[in-house]
Amino acid sequence: MSFGPYLFLAFLEGTVTAFVLALTALGLSLVFGVMRIVNVAHGEFFMLGAVLAWYCSTLLEGSPLAGFALALLLAPLAVGALALASDWLILRRVNYNPESTIVATIGLLYIVQQLVLTFYGPEARPVAAPVYFRVSFPWFGYSGYKLIVAGLAAALLLATWYAMSRTRLGLYMRATQQDLEIAQAFGVPVRRVYATVFALGAMLAAVAGVLIVPVQQAHYLMGLDPLLLSFIVVIIGGLGSLKGTVVAAFLIGISDGMISVFFSPTLAKILATLLVAAVLVFRPGGLFGDNRA
Amino acid sequence: MNKTGRNAKTPSPPAAPVSRRRLLQAGAALGGTAGVAGGVVPGMLASSAYAQGSDRPIRIGFQVHRTGIGAVYGRWYERTANAAAAFINDLGGIAGRPVEIVPEDDGTDPKRGAEVVEKLAVQHKVDFVYGPLFSHVVIGSAPRAGELKIPYFVVSEGYHVASGKLNRYVFQPGITDVRAQVTAIAGWVMDNLGKRVAMIYPDYAFGYDHRDFFSAAAESRGGTITAHLAIPPTESSYTRYFPRIPPDTEVLYHVMVGPGVLTFVKEMGEHFGSRRPEIFGFIDSLEGVDIASPGLGFLDGTYLWEALPRYADGYPTRFEANFRRAVGVDANGASAADGKDVATYSHMFGCWETLFAIKEAVEASGYRTPRDYPALIETLEGFRYFNEGLGHPQGGKQFVGALHQCFGQQFISRVADRRLNVVHRTAIEDGLYPPEADYTKQPL
Amino acid sequence: MTTGPEDGGAPRRRLGRVVALHLAIVAALFLAQFLLPAYHYTNVARIMVLATFAIGYNVLFGYTGLMSLGHAMFFAAGMYATGLSVYYFEVTAVPALALGVLAGAVVAALFGLVALRTSGVSFLIVTLMFAQALYLTILYFNEITFGDQGFTLSRALAPLNVAGTAVPFSEPALKYNGAWLVVSLALLVSAALAASPIGRVLVAVRENEERTRLLGYNTFAYKLLALVVSGAIAAASGAAYALLFSYVGATFGSILYSIYPLLWTLLGGAGTTLGPLVGTGVMYYLIDVTSGWTSAYLFVVGGSLLALVLWFPLGIMGAVRARWLRWLP
Repeated sequence: MSFGPYLFLAFLEGTVTAFVLALTALGLSLVFGVMRIVNVAHGEFFMLGAVLAWYCSTLLEGSPLAGFALALLLAPLAVGALALASDWLILRRVNYNPESTIVATIGLLYIVQQLVLTFYGPEARPVAAPVYFRVSFPWFGYSGYKLIVAGLAAALLLATWYAMSRTRLGLYMRATQQDLEIAQAFGVPVRRVYATVFALGAMLAAVAGVLIVPVQQAHYLMGLDPLLLSFIVVIIGGLGSLKGTVVAAFLIGISDGMISVFFSPTLAKILATLLVAAVLVFRPGGLFGDNRA
Repeated sequence: MNKTGRNAKTPSPPAAPVSRRRLLQAGAALGGTAGVAGGVVPGMLASSAYAQGSDRPIRIGFQVHRTGIGAVYGRWYERTANAAAAFINDLGGIAGRPVEIVPEDDGTDPKRGAEVVEKLAVQHKVDFVYGPLFSHVVIGSAPRAGELKIPYFVVSEGYHVASGKLNRYVFQPGITDVRAQVTAIAGWVMDNLGKRVAMIYPDYAFGYDHRDFFSAAAESRGGTITAHLAIPPTESSYTRYFPRIPPDTEVLYHVMVGPGVLTFVKEMGEHFGSRRPEIFGFIDSLEGVDIASPGLGFLDGTYLWEALPRYADGYPTRFEANFRRAVGVDANGASAADGKDVATYSHMFGCWETLFAIKEAVEASGYRTPRDYPALIETLEGFRYFNEGLGHPQGGKQFVGALHQCFGQQFISRVADRRLNVVHRTAIEDGLYPPEADYTKQPL
Repeated sequence: MTTGPEDGGAPRRRLGRVVALHLAIVAALFLAQFLLPAYHYTNVARIMVLATFAIGYNVLFGYTGLMSLGHAMFFAAGMYATGLSVYYFEVTAVPALALGVLAGAVVAALFGLVALRTSGVSFLIVTLMFAQALYLTILYFNEITFGDQGFTLSRALAPLNVAGTAVPFSEPALKYNGAWLVVSLALLVSAALAASPIGRVLVAVRENEERTRLLGYNTFAYKLLALVVSGAIAAASGAAYALLFSYVGATFGSILYSIYPLLWTLLGGAGTTLGPLVGTGVMYYLIDVTSGWTSAYLFVVGGSLLALVLWFPLGIMGAVRARWLRWLP
């Protein structure tokens, strides 16, 4: 294949990766931004979304579209409920102490993994795409569903942005993010905001899992890689900055696409990590962070 | 899990329709025993039946990947080991002693693996340790087995035993190693699919064995490798690799292990459409996966290596049928109890055959207690073949004592109408290579 | 996370007690080898090597208050520096061990120069990322490192010369006493550090870095020092593991092996000198015993972490110190 189409493919792959990455990292970023805590179990929420999508697809066998729709509805609800419970039973009790939260969410990570391993099993199970078509370019073909995933992710990003900037919940969240005490003084129900944000972050991860599972498969160890990539994105973008998260997702997605196509994917991941180091040295708060993190 | 060697989920072999006595005679007559240099050790199966129940059990530690990345394989390995133990017990045990399988999970982790070998050997006081598949667990555990001087039988198909990296106490008598597998099929691929081959393999040791040994075998037959594409184990999207395959490539050779294979196949289909090269792959990636899964349609018309055909008509022998029934697998290669639970059929027979190899070595060497390990090891090293039979349903094996490794036949199947049809069976000689090690020179 | 009351009797008497306690523990570990049955003999040797890892972790986390999710990189640095030098250059055990410790210290110093520009949660994530980068690097250079499969040292490692006799590394007594030597040194170094003026500054950094800086201390330098000591001790553990248990593999650089020392330290009691040793031992046997009736060991790991955070934040030795022995370091 000549250079032009090669580059085009790299760009296409990078864009799809970037949108999915932005969606996955968004929840992590949101939770950090408002609550100042890192949820290490974020990748497991993503994995649970994918696993639940598989259950929905077996429930409505024969109609991938119905199964997909059901999963899009059910998975975020179930995962959101789990997140609410975790917030209630764990995070609130350690008073959202950043380090205790990390240890607790690591604990949660292993418990979720073990539950899925015990009840769902070790297999990687496929889920049929809701719509399937192949986009034919003159030089190669490409999955139509992947393009749809990118579109849906973009829509969800827009919806989140809208929710943050135009709704009362968004106002509460921004107020809490900027100054907890003042927000409290003005009657913002901080505890409820925290619980809501934590659940929302988990739901976004679950939706990302549902969207991605027809492209990958549902497997109990699938959460780790998205978690690490999300960390990279969130750090480079600036912890807690939505704009930064999206920009960094594109930076990482496209560069990962390019480097992987032309060199080695392992090298791409090592370079992305070193990029994190560079960003931290020169802008400790990330590209778009407030630099007080 | 009970320790009598019978898994609740695995039906034990039915007594009917063949009576035990006839079965034993048939087994002995058809050579269900191992050979030593110069001749067959006669009547092992038959003689053991007479000494039945006269002694305490032979305890065999089973190091199993119940959790971690190897869990899909581990589950079927454990079922097979339990079925083999139950079957051997029905035949009268090993040297008249009942077999007891003592399982212990290693989490598919080399650190825990070494600890498990220790626990089985020292705490559970087993006679032998057996069972691991993943190479890093084998390599991590083998030194401790060597230090404890306990025979360690692996079912890993890795080239680490035959390469001489391990030690005198490690054996692989039940499954052919990957180097022999790729050497065996290289000729057929060259002759029938094409000589210009692009290789896609996982970016770790198992993949490198494929890369090195298939490349060498292909080039010695006038083939050319047009591209080497190593894919990292965590990869979840493959589209970007396909453009690197040069257009004049005649054959795409793929071997993948891990959860990504369905994506791989689907994206390969999306990329190539109908203008595809011939495709040859290793079933390792599709072990435990239904060939009729959504997204695998693109595999139709491609070829896969199998060690033991998944579909019962691929190798219809009595021994294979007996094995299939004993481990609870139906004619389509799935669990007889749950048609969606697909077996790891091209690997798990290794657990069955290894247990029989242990049986044959114990009986031929007169092993009774761990004091007899040197005799057992030297006897096993003296074996030259395992005959096809109830104990070796995948086919007869050559055994090279210096390498501690067996060599068996391989199968090539074509995917059609969402199932596998055997199109070629290699001879044992096709896979042989010049030995690079001699364990018999190491001290015991 | 945890702070212990530092007081408990006159300083001199307290110091005497502390020294006596540590020497007694070291002696007890030595004498245990004559009492332990075979299986537990090697287990305790393993625990001592792994506890060294946790002791190193505790220097950074317990004393200095910097939580790391990437200590596997120091363990792996030590393991690979030692393992590769033995495998390729047939370096003998003692210099190989020294190389391993040095490698850990160098990696920690370089890493610290970059990572210590961040703090709190950012520091945590950076430790995780760098450990992952080192892990991927080990895989990337698989031609040299043998990647995920790893390699064994049984063949290349020369026997140790002990008073004129060559003792092979398969000898159980060498495993035990080698592990004992490493853990004793680590324990004494960490206890001495904790008791020293430097240790006081580290605790001050943990409690309030801003105030410590205002008092005129170069907190960056102190944190870097703690990181280097911590990395070197963790590397000593990795190096000892390679030598005594004869295996080097990339698995030891993976994330789980960064979580383990955190778990062991929390369980035993962060910020106590003996906590890491106790925590490692308890966790080891918890997994070993539970594996008899369940293979769900991830539950054991995850459940312990949750329980520790929720109900038992001081850990075992932390609780002992708070309840009974207030003079414990």
